[in-house]
Amino acid sequence: MIIARVVGNVVASQKQLSHEGKKILLLQPLDLKDEPMGELVVALDAVDAGVGDRVLAVQEGFSAMTSVGHIESPIDAAVIGVIDLVEIE
Amino acid sequence: MLLGRIIGTVVATRKDPRLEGKKLLICRPVDPDGNDEKGYIVAVDTVHAGFREQVLIVQGSSARMASGCKDTPVDAAIVGIVDQVSQD
Amino acid sequence: MYLGKVIGRVVASEKNDVLEGKTLLLVRRLPQGPVVVAVDAVGAGAGETVYVCRGREAAYAFKPEEVPTEATVVAIVDNIERE
Repeated sequence: MIIARVVGNVVASQKQLSHEGKKILLLQPLDLKDEPMGELVVALDAVDAGVGDRVLAVQEGFSAMTSVGHIESPIDAAVIGVIDLVEIE
Repeated sequence: MLLGRIIGTVVATRKDPRLEGKKLLICRPVDPDGNDEKGYIVAVDTVHAGFREQVLIVQGSSARMASGCKDTPVDAAIVGIVDQVSQD
Repeated sequence: MYLGKVIGRVVASEKNDVLEGKTLLLVRRLPQGPVVVAVDAVGAGAGETVYVCRGREAAYAFKPEEVPTEATVVAIVDNIERE
């Protein structure tokens, strides 16, 4: 899983049926200093996360599909947790 | 699979219910000599690993084959605590 | 998934049977990523912002057909609301 910041809501009226009714979030993956790291990711929301939240995202098909309740759908990433705290030694 | 070192934990109250009771650990990938590599991985602990321990991490859909991870939304799991790495 | 901009299309008259009738789009990953060829599942066209599903999951856009794709355009983006 990766740690990311929600930086936007993606609005798309023309889309796959399995993405209907789901919040589509634009994520900026973060490093452990909370700095942006790597490319933006689009993920479906499974936990009612919003812009500004620091979240846990999964980037694997089965995990993403089942977390939003659509198996065998073209979904490769989902937000599965809102992070309260990251502790680093 | 890859080698890593536990460097932290993630706490998330609001999460997929299938993650309830699972420990989420932050791992830094390391080379076979134990030197840090770039990046990090958040992985579910299945072996009661602790801070600084060197561990074995499985990634991708195979992570769900680890005991306790069946049908969970997990793309990385800690499946072993490394005692020793020997190289020829 | 990731955001992309459709910058063109690829025409291939000789292609795998199950790709017959499918549109192959050239998509640049945003903001400044590489260009990939993606199969269109939503009727996207040049200049549009879209998002692309990658990997094995990309083929599910066409089920029950089994289409050999690892990148599929699954939505056309109207707008991105930022804070």
